[in-house]
Amino acid sequence: MAIYHRYDAVIVGAGGAGLRAALEAGQRCKTAVVSKLYPTRSHTGAAQGGMCAALANVEEDSWEWHAFDTVKGGDFLPDQDAVDVMCKEAIEAVLDLERMGLPFNRTPEGRIDQRRFGGHTRNHGEAPVKRACYAADRTGHMILQTLYQQCNKQGVEFYDEFFVLDLLMIDGACAGIVAIEIASGELHVFHAKSTLFATGGFGKMFKITSNAHTLTGDGPGVVYRKGLPLEDMEFFQFHPTGLYGLGILLSEAARGEGGILRNADGERFMERYAPTIKDLAPRDMVSRAEHQEIKEGRGAGPKKDYILLDLTHLDPEVIEAKLPDITEFARTYLNVEPFTEGVPIVPTAHYAMGGIPTNVSAEVLRNAQNDVIPGFYAAGECACVSVHGANRLGTNSLLDIVVFGKRGGIHMAEYANSTKHLEISEDAHKPTEEWIASLMEGESDVRIADVRSSLQEEMMDNASVVRTDESLNSVLASIEQLNKTYSQAKVRDKGKVFNTELIEHIELGFLLDMAEALVVSAKARTESRGGHYRDDYQSRDDTQWMKHSFITKTPDGGTELTYKPVTLGRYEPVERKY
Amino acid sequence: MDVKLKLLRFNPETDTEAHFEEYTVEAEPMDRLLDVLHKVKWYQDGTLAMRRSCAHAICGSDAMVINGENALACKVLVKDLAQPITVEPIRGLPVIKDFVVDMEPFFAGYKAVKPWLITDPHEHEPARERIQSPEERAVFDDTTKCILCAACTTSCPIFWSDEGYVGPAAIVNAHRFIFDSRDSGARERLEILSQADGAFKCRTAFNCTAACPRGIKVTKAIQEVKRAALFGTV
Ligand SMILES: Cc1cc2nc3c(=O)[nH]c(=O)nc-3n(C[C@H](O)[C@H](O)[C@H](O)COP(=O)(O)OP(=O)(O)OC[C@H]3O[C@@H](n4cnc5c(N)ncnc54)[C@H](O)[C@@H]3O)c2cc1C
Ligand code: FES
Repeated sequence: MAIYHRYDAVIVGAGGAGLRAALEAGQRCKTAVVSKLYPTRSHTGAAQGGMCAALANVEEDSWEWHAFDTVKGGDFLPDQDAVDVMCKEAIEAVLDLERMGLPFNRTPEGRIDQRRFGGHTRNHGEAPVKRACYAADRTGHMILQTLYQQCNKQGVEFYDEFFVLDLLMIDGACAGIVAIEIASGELHVFHAKSTLFATGGFGKMFKITSNAHTLTGDGPGVVYRKGLPLEDMEFFQFHPTGLYGLGILLSEAARGEGGILRNADGERFMERYAPTIKDLAPRDMVSRAEHQEIKEGRGAGPKKDYILLDLTHLDPEVIEAKLPDITEFARTYLNVEPFTEGVPIVPTAHYAMGGIPTNVSAEVLRNAQNDVIPGFYAAGECACVSVHGANRLGTNSLLDIVVFGKRGGIHMAEYANSTKHLEISEDAHKPTEEWIASLMEGESDVRIADVRSSLQEEMMDNASVVRTDESLNSVLASIEQLNKTYSQAKVRDKGKVFNTELIEHIELGFLLDMAEALVVSAKARTESRGGHYRDDYQSRDDTQWMKHSFITKTPDGGTELTYKPVTLGRYEPVERKY
Repeated sequence: MDVKLKLLRFNPETDTEAHFEEYTVEAEPMDRLLDVLHKVKWYQDGTLAMRRSCAHAICGSDAMVINGENALACKVLVKDLAQPITVEPIRGLPVIKDFVVDMEPFFAGYKAVKPWLITDPHEHEPARERIQSPEERAVFDDTTKCILCAACTTSCPIFWSDEGYVGPAAIVNAHRFIFDSRDSGARERLEILSQADGAFKCRTAFNCTAACPRGIKVTKAIQEVKRAALFGTV
């Protein structure tokens, strides 16, 4: 049994990307937003530091400089046509949000204020530039709230706490989704002319992460299981300042406002690694520098296993005004007073550069030849356009989600208005129904919590900031074993109402798929670029590797990799020095 | 260390009424209560139901009554809680299962106050951003912090006894717009809030301010809204 719904456009996910798409699609056709969380619970709300756009409100700036920084920050892997679109449209995207009511911090003249952020520079790397628009250290919270407010104003239809499990594909085109209503356990079929995935990231495959419990890669997981490709999965960003032991993020804005990283000797070690922009070097470089310091015995603390973020020299009033939340995190969760002592931090798994491949209209690609899947769209962190390449610059994700969310919403509606619903069978939900039944029937001693924590530890130890062929082989073997164990596990809660054990069980399956795709792609890439650092291949190899990887699952359960050349533009690859 | 818990359980498919059950788990003093609840769910009883996502007090999913007071399970640490730690669902909303309550009445109150920017229809859409001074921005800064967790609303004795009352969180979100210099919907909202179920139901019990995990001065915001409604000044 499944409950049937018919819409022109269905959007999966209600974070920044999903809500921005909904505002556009909702004006043009009959639209529903389906989300496993209440919209305002989405992890966009956790974003702190800012959203970049070359408004030039505070300092001279241009969207071309922003584009250059994005390409260089991404270690020359971003597609430069897509980067141009994003950086050019950034300005209007920020102004749009302001006009919707977003309470940005202001300059004395009453304009949107801007501040520094890692990797953002004036005139192609000369010096840091003030480009990040922000609302204290809760920029993401304000974006999420503002978009949700506008959706309510516009009367967008929401299906909150519906978990999407399957994509309906008819002859290579998309016809909607199947979801389970968490409150009742009922299945629902959403029959749609166009469907957009905006399901966010999948950092929960790592032990130390800034990501929410719910960021498990369900959207890309569904796609991968359909035999469709995922792009650039080997590139996962580790943010240099996660709270020690927990991973909770302390925004780069802390360094943008003057915070300094120090090792056990109190040394400002980034001066050695990036002499020009020091602590504001891109995240992959800073995370690796921290890793190196700790490895060479200069870590702080009794176990010499963390770095200190020093804010003590900053004016407490400035900190309270601009970074109130993150100082509170340090006090609440580590019992540390940032006004008077260094805050213990480590690299934390933060952002998936890879994901569902799309073009700049958010249409999903079926292969490395850029052929699209009719009626299927993706935007936000679950997608790979690719604007971030091998390493995303801070503030460019909030930008990505609003720019490509908007584009996706417009294109999916235009497509829906130009076509008819595909025929789907009455049994469209059957495979999902059988799958759920197989998880619920029977008993087993396997605890999925054990599988999950093993996965997270293995990934952290062997596939994070520094990788080798050996470490990747070892984690791949573990994933295979964990998959076997996982497939024997059964859900113990046999109820239908709010069965969150069932939900977590399914989420873990998607995480295992994401981990496999990441590790296999990383093993194949025998170079170091951006967030993917191979100790056994330490340099970037532009002759062989100026290409995006596309990984697919083959029918026999194996994997296959194909590649697509990077789209170049104004900027030729050069060595990335800061 | 061992941590003792008393959890108010209710499963609509098997129970006729809610009842306490006791658990003991291994935990560290610096663990969040959310971590401890996860240990129960993951290693002792998978049927335990709660909402949670971010685990650091920003998504607003996990407001609960913890040792008698409303708080986010991810923002209170074991070391700060007397044992046995009792946990109950937030009050005044129908319980679906264990700590999961039906949030719809809460969101209905929120939506009733038109929490979105209402612009003057005669104003030309500016080509760039609207101008707002840092001082104008500061007036409503506090109420922009709301994460809609319902900790304030469900700590309010008036909300418990009076189904119609929009509740503190709705008034906080109205405040966020009424005092925004770019907004022109103050009159509409103040009219709504002057009605029987509006701001004047508040008896300044201050429970809401104590409950807010974001440190919003909720009672103060409600008083400012009442004053604006009485004197027509914003
Ligand atoms: C702590 C932190 C700070 C950050 N700070 C910044 C910053 O300052 N600047 C910046 O640019 N970027 C920042 N980022 C990155 C940025 O916030 C995210 O990449 C971005 O918000 C992702 O938005 P999204 O809309 O793609 O996904 P999310 O906001 O994660 O939303 C995902 C949505 O998908 C839904 N969903 C998922 N799976 C399913 C399913 N199976 N069925 C139904 N619905 C589903 C969820 O309910 C949710 O609504 C930060 C990230 C973190 C973690
Ligand atoms: S889990 Fe997000 S507020 Fe507690």
